[in-house]
Formats: sequence, structure tokens, C-alpha cells
Amino acid sequence: MSYLSLTDADRDEMLAAIGVDSVDELFEQIPAGVRLDRELDVPPALGEVELTRHIEELAARNVHTGAELSFLGAGIYDHYVPSVADVVLSRGEFLTAYTPYQPEMSQGTLQAIFEYQTVICELTGMDVSNASGYDGCTVAADACFVARHVSDRRKIVLAEALNPQVREVVETYAPGFGFEVVEVPHTNGTTDPDRIAEAAQDAAAVLFQQPNFLGCLEPAPDLAEAANEAGALSIAHVDLMSLGVLEAPGAYGCSIALGEGQSAGNWQSYGGPHYGFLASHGDFVRRMPGRIVGETVDADGRRAFVLTLQTREQHIRREKATSNITTNQTLLALAGLATLSWLGPDGLREVGETCLALAQYARERIPLEPAFAASSFKEVAFRTPLPAREVIRRAREHGVHPGYAVGRDYEGMDDVLLVAVTEKRTVEDIDRLASVLEDVCR
Amino acid sequence: MSVEPDRTWRDTPLIFERSRTGRRAGRPPIPDLPTPDVPESLRRARPPRLPELSEPEIVRHFTALADRTFGVDTGFYPLGSCTMKHNPRVNERLASLPGFRDLHPYQDDDGAQGALELMWRLQEMLAEIAGLPAVTLQPAAGSQGELTGLMLMRAYFADRGEDRDTIITADTAHGTNPASVTMAGFKLEKVETDARGNLDLEDLRAKVNDRTAGLMLTNPSTLGLFDEGIEAVAEIFHDAGALLYYDGANLNAVVGISRPGDMGFDIVHYNLHKTFSQPHGGGGPGGGPVAVRESIEPYLPAPTVVRDGDAFRLDHDRPKSIGRVRGFAGPFGVFVRSYAYMRAYGPGLKEMSEVAVLNANYVLARLRDVYDLPYDRHCMHEFVLSARNLKREHGITALDVAKRLMDYGIHPPTIYFPLVVPEALMIEPTETEPKERLDGFVDAMRRIAEEAAESPEVLKEAPHGRPVRRLDEVRAAKQPILRYLFDEHPVRVDAT
Repeated sequence: MSYLSLTDADRDEMLAAIGVDSVDELFEQIPAGVRLDRELDVPPALGEVELTRHIEELAARNVHTGAELSFLGAGIYDHYVPSVADVVLSRGEFLTAYTPYQPEMSQGTLQAIFEYQTVICELTGMDVSNASGYDGCTVAADACFVARHVSDRRKIVLAEALNPQVREVVETYAPGFGFEVVEVPHTNGTTDPDRIAEAAQDAAAVLFQQPNFLGCLEPAPDLAEAANEAGALSIAHVDLMSLGVLEAPGAYGCSIALGEGQSAGNWQSYGGPHYGFLASHGDFVRRMPGRIVGETVDADGRRAFVLTLQTREQHIRREKATSNITTNQTLLALAGLATLSWLGPDGLREVGETCLALAQYARERIPLEPAFAASSFKEVAFRTPLPAREVIRRAREHGVHPGYAVGRDYEGMDDVLLVAVTEKRTVEDIDRLASVLEDVCR
Repeated sequence: MSVEPDRTWRDTPLIFERSRTGRRAGRPPIPDLPTPDVPESLRRARPPRLPELSEPEIVRHFTALADRTFGVDTGFYPLGSCTMKHNPRVNERLASLPGFRDLHPYQDDDGAQGALELMWRLQEMLAEIAGLPAVTLQPAAGSQGELTGLMLMRAYFADRGEDRDTIITADTAHGTNPASVTMAGFKLEKVETDARGNLDLEDLRAKVNDRTAGLMLTNPSTLGLFDEGIEAVAEIFHDAGALLYYDGANLNAVVGISRPGDMGFDIVHYNLHKTFSQPHGGGGPGGGPVAVRESIEPYLPAPTVVRDGDAFRLDHDRPKSIGRVRGFAGPFGVFVRSYAYMRAYGPGLKEMSEVAVLNANYVLARLRDVYDLPYDRHCMHEFVLSARNLKREHGITALDVAKRLMDYGIHPPTIYFPLVVPEALMIEPTETEPKERLDGFVDAMRRIAEEAAESPEVLKEAPHGRPVRRLDEVRAAKQPILRYLFDEHPVRVDAT
């Protein structure tokens, strides 16, 4: 199968118009020594029917969250993706356009991004949002690049209770930025503001997560205050689906709010593609990485939207750009916009309340000791009598995936299981989890 | 040509302007349980002003926005360097199979064998196409692939105890190259292009030394020309102990024809959203896998996908790895689409590139007598014309040509890039276009050249048939309005 459109007659006419006898002549500019003199060694071509069969077979060998009762979370969540998200994802105009460099051709994409930016600003309590970053990890590295430009300090402080993958990505990027990275350990599942205050004294920025990776609600306003008083940028990594019930980072003094957008409107999709969101206080608008859409007027004075503040960007500023990002995650971000519009303020609050209620129910109902006393939003860490990985293996034999083995990322926590709920889980689901855990932990 | 757009096409209210207090669409399930209190200091004090709409109005809103957007599905989109080819619908269907879409990335490897096998097979095919043995799928897009490549260079030289701090890029490079160099903590040096559009070897020899970590090069270049001296270029860098990085933005020209590894490149990134048809999505998502030689393999980001007998697993145990550049093992949904695309062609991927080059040369042959051609050679998958003749004779710029193309139902090419060509029009038709679309574009471009002489004011005022006319971009930057401001918003459109 191919997706080519030329007939043999077309080819002959085109070669004649070019003035060559064969396509091979067009490739004569490639030195003979670097041409491939054999066929590519890849599997044979498949027609659409055979291709579908082959890939369906691969898909069938995965155990997805509809085939197994799953309580996996740890950064990627099984929230409901409403059917209106498909309106965005399946319209060919959104799907097959590229970055809206030509605004007259792309008012729809541009307006949708402007609306997305507004929703992100509203949820986070910030003044400006970019058009999205790759994911919840890379936007944290982007935020550190902002910090590099607004501060002379060369240290980044990460709360240990910040998502481990986010920490790893920041650590990968940091040497290129000339940053040293230090971590502040958690204390019984949450971060101690005094330790942040101490570590932040000579730091450019402090990153923490609310609710944190261990499922606990951090004393976020105190953490932000500790960073701010030390003269470091306070950066909160937050979950959009929590912001109907939890306070906006902008309201407690954070300079930057960012996070993984997947929970709002994207499928789990084995880790991507999703969207990272990044929003900041107005002071940093000209240091923001990535695309930003602004409102203006056209020659008739009508409202119109356009990519703006482009002098920050790589195609203008090249080596002095605020980021190298070009392709971002627009389509996924717009699915997020559709989802959050479908929920509205009441729906978002209700999702948050449902998560709070189910997490509390799990905490009471599951026959294991909660690992931490701090309040939860939608995840609760439990101590397991066996290694958590073993508990997971045994529970999966009963058709239940009970959650995430925290020991994968935290030393000395091999006996901690992180259980996540969303509005898709029910009281009965949690009862079943409790019963399976009771069996397998016996 | 005069079209008067209807009012609703022009003035589409913001979703916030369609909002009515108390209106709702989604109603999430509410369990019959008490809601625990959130400590007051952490509780949301003021609800976010999300839009309040019913479902039919949400659907109409996004449909109205889609109507105001032009994609490959709408028409010809020769945006140079972006490879705006057809995106097969079967790939969307396959990426949405529940076994992929609803698969949690922390599912144990034994519950993700199909996904891991797909990724492993994709790695194998990408390695064969690059002519390099090891692949990471993790980078999220081309620019992150570049950054990953530079980090790999840094790790490689650090491990060898060599202190090299400079990266050389071409003057025709995409802006992402120098931006990535800065983000990776290297110094930048630029090399010039010679009169045939190849790297200037004299200039290169003068600049490569024991401080040079490597070269970043797009080949074919952003001029759409294959570097005829690539073997000498590779020798200069390798003799100096430096590495060569291949920016895969233009790989669509040479799949199955010439492999970057055989050209002498040590590190290669692919753009899955260009060459392998992940839809561009109005700006993303993309995918930017990176392939490397054996000597660089130990530094690849973790995890990679490995095969043990009949089973596949994620390998996190990579002690020399540069670390993680993105979450999980990469944008998996992109892998499904690109894998499906590659399996549809098989070894016929070579024909994909041949037709991409044929289509570009055909359009070039039919336009070269009316626009300036700065480098007079056969092109590869794209070519760069200059509108400087129209500017000189009629005051018509590349921007005017681009805007007028919109009135002919065609998305403009990339303009004013590469920087070495004045009034540049960078045109990439792609292989999926039929001849009559190419002819339609040629006719429009030729007609516009005539209009430049006959009625330049029509071009200066273009477009005439889009929802908006030309925008005041200076105002957007000087008085930034970057979000809706509700009651304080300066310009409002009433929803009807």
C-alpha cells in the first residue's frame, strides 16, 4: 500500500517537463559513495486490511485499563475523556494543519490556543500561559531555563516528593544550563518549608508538586513563601483536575505553575503524546518559552489572533532564544480545552470532590496502613506487608492492578503501594480492590 | 477574484462569550460518600471562570473554529521544511485501539508486550533507514532530538576526557540548531554555504579544530540541495576527532536512497511528524527519535526497548545514560501512527522519497522562468525560489505572494527562510500530491507573477477571501493581550 497519487502517464509528463529521462537522474547530486545500493531491509508492505489485522494483534497483547481494574496513577491518570474531545481530535482541519505561521489560514487554531491559554491562566491563577510544552517533565526544564535568565544564581532546588521523572528530566537539562540540582527530602510524605527556606538561600528556583507524587497535600503556600523570601522563583507542579477544589498557585504567590495536562482530556496512551502546560506571572512574559498567541486586529479592525512575542523564539532569535521548541503539543492541549469546557467550573469541582471522597474511602476501606498521615487528593500510599511489586504481581492474577510500587523511585520504600482513583472508579471497585489486597497480603 | 466571507465565518465568538452562567454539559459521577474537607489554606477560594456551555454549543464552537482552519485535508499545503503530506486515517483508528489508548505507562512489561514489540520493531526500521545501529524513541520532537544529540556529544567527550565546547552549524540551519546549541551549553560557530549551495569546505577547514565537538547539518539542506561534498565534510570532522549530527528535518528526500550513517553522520534525529506522517495537529504532537553509532549507544536516554528472546522489556539499567529527556519511553501514540505508515510502504519507502523529489522538481521546472532561482540545480524534496525579481520590478514581496496564494485556496510556502536567500519562498509539495494539485499551484504562482505587474494593489491587499485580512502583528507584540479578560476585555463579539 502507498499513499502516492501519480499515474504512470503523470510521471512521464513530469519527467519530460523537468527534462530528464528518469527519476534516478534527479538523485545524481548524491555522491555514489553514500548511496544505498540495495533495497531497504524492512518488512514487506501491507495493505490496509492486513495492516489493521497486524496492529490489532499487537494492541490485543496489552492489558489496558478497561481489561483490568486499574488503580495506576503516579502522574498519568485514567480520568474520563469526554466525547467532545473527539470533535477536536478528529476534525481534519485541526489534525492536519501545522503551527499557525500564516494567521489568515489558521484563525481557528489560533483562537482555540488563545482560549486554552485563558483556561490555563484561570486554573493556575497566572497572567500568561504558553501554547503548551511537550509534557509535564520538559515544561519543568523550560521553567528552569526561565530561572537561568532572571537570576544570577546557579542552583535549582527540587522537592524529593516532586514526580521522579520530572526530577530526572530537570537533572538531564541542568548541566547545559550551568545549574547544580539539589533535592530536599520529604518528611513523612510532605516537604518541610523550613528545609526549603534553607536550601533556597542561594537558589534560582524551587520546584515542588501539589498534590505531591506520594499522594499527599503539601503545605504549598508555605513552600512558595519560603522560596519567595529566599529570593528564588517558586514553581508549582500541579494537576489541572485538582484545581476545582485546590487553590491556584498564583493565589499563594507562585511565580510559575506547570504540569502534565494528560489528566485533563488525553488518553493514557502508554505515556504520550500528551501536553505540558506552563503559565507564569506577568513579569516573565518575555522570558516564556514556546509559542504564545495574542489578540490583535486585522486591516478592517476586526478581532483576530496571531502568534506573538516571537522575538523570544528560535526562528528569530536563534542562539539567543528562550527555548528551542518548535513543534509543541497543540492538538492535545486543545483536547484539554474541550474537556475543561465540557466540565465547566461545576464539573471540575465535582470531579475534584469525587476524587477526594473516593481517596478517603480507599484510605478507610483498604486493609493496609496508610504510609503517611497527610491528606490526599486522589492518591493514597499504603504500607504493604510484602514488597509492593509482589503485591502488584499477585493482585494482577486476580484481574486488579492495585497501583504503583513507590520503591521503583524511592529508596527504602519497597513496601509502599500508591493507589490512585479517578471519577471513573466506583465504591464497588474500591471494595473489590480491598478484598483482593486482603487476599494477596495475607 | 473577489469573495465576500459571511459574517459568522469572520466573527466567531470566544468560547467564553458563548458561556451562560449555570449552563452545563458534563456531569461526572458523584458517589454517595461524604466529601472530606480540604484544609482551608489549600482550598480553592474563587472558582475558575471556565466556560459554561451545553454540549451542542461546544460542538458547534469547535466546528466553527475548524472551519476557520486550513489543513492538509483542506488543500495543498507546500510549507517548506515541514513535510505536510497526507495523514492516513487508518493510523488514527489504530492509535485509538483500546489496547494502546487505555494502556497505562506503568503497566508491567508483561502487560504491555504488544506496545513494546511495536516500539522495538519501529526502532529496528528506523535504525535500518539511518544506517546506524541504536535508537532511542524518547525525544518528543525534532528540536528535542537535536538537544538530545548534543547532550550525547557532551557525555561522549566527557567520558573520553576530552574538553570540546564548540558546535558548528550551517548558515542555512533551522533556528532550532543554534537554540539547541545554547541550551546544551555549547558555543556556536557558523560555516558558510558556497555558490552551489554546499558547505564551504575552505571555511570549514579553518574552523574545525580540537575544540570542535561536532557539526549539526541538515542534508539535503534547507535549500533543498544535497551536499555534494558530504564525504569530505565527514572526513574533516572525523579527522579532528569530532562528531557529525544529522538533522532529519529533510529525511523525506532520501529514505531508502541514501542513509545518514553511510554519509558519515554519528547521530541522527528523525521527525516522525514529517517523514512518517504523524499529523502535525496545528503545531504538534511530534516525535523525534535519535539513532547513533555503537560508540555513542551507552549514553542514550533511559529507558530503551530491548528484546530478550520472544519477550520485550524496558531497559532502565543504563549507567552511562545522559538521563531522561521526557516522560516515559516517548510519545507512544505517535509511534503507532508512524509504525503503521512505514509498514504500509515497506521497502517502497524508497518510492515515497523518489516521488517527493519528482514532485518538487516538476514544480520547480514549471516556475523557474517566473521567479528567481538562487541555486540552479535539480532540487531534492523541496526548493527555494526568490521573489526578489517581483520586488525589484513591482514592489511585490514574498509576503505578498504568500498572502495572495490564500485567495487561490492554497496554503503559502515557508517564507523568508532560509535566511541566506532574500525574499525566499521555500516550497515542499510532498509525494502524496497528485499532478493536478501541483499544476494548480503552478498556475496560481504564475498568475500571481502576472498580477504583480498588472494589479499589484490586489496583492498588497491580499488575502481577500479569508475570515480575516492581514493582521496588525506589531500591535499584538506591543500591547500584548494573551488571554481573555472577561469584563475588562477590550473587544467583544456577541454570541448569537
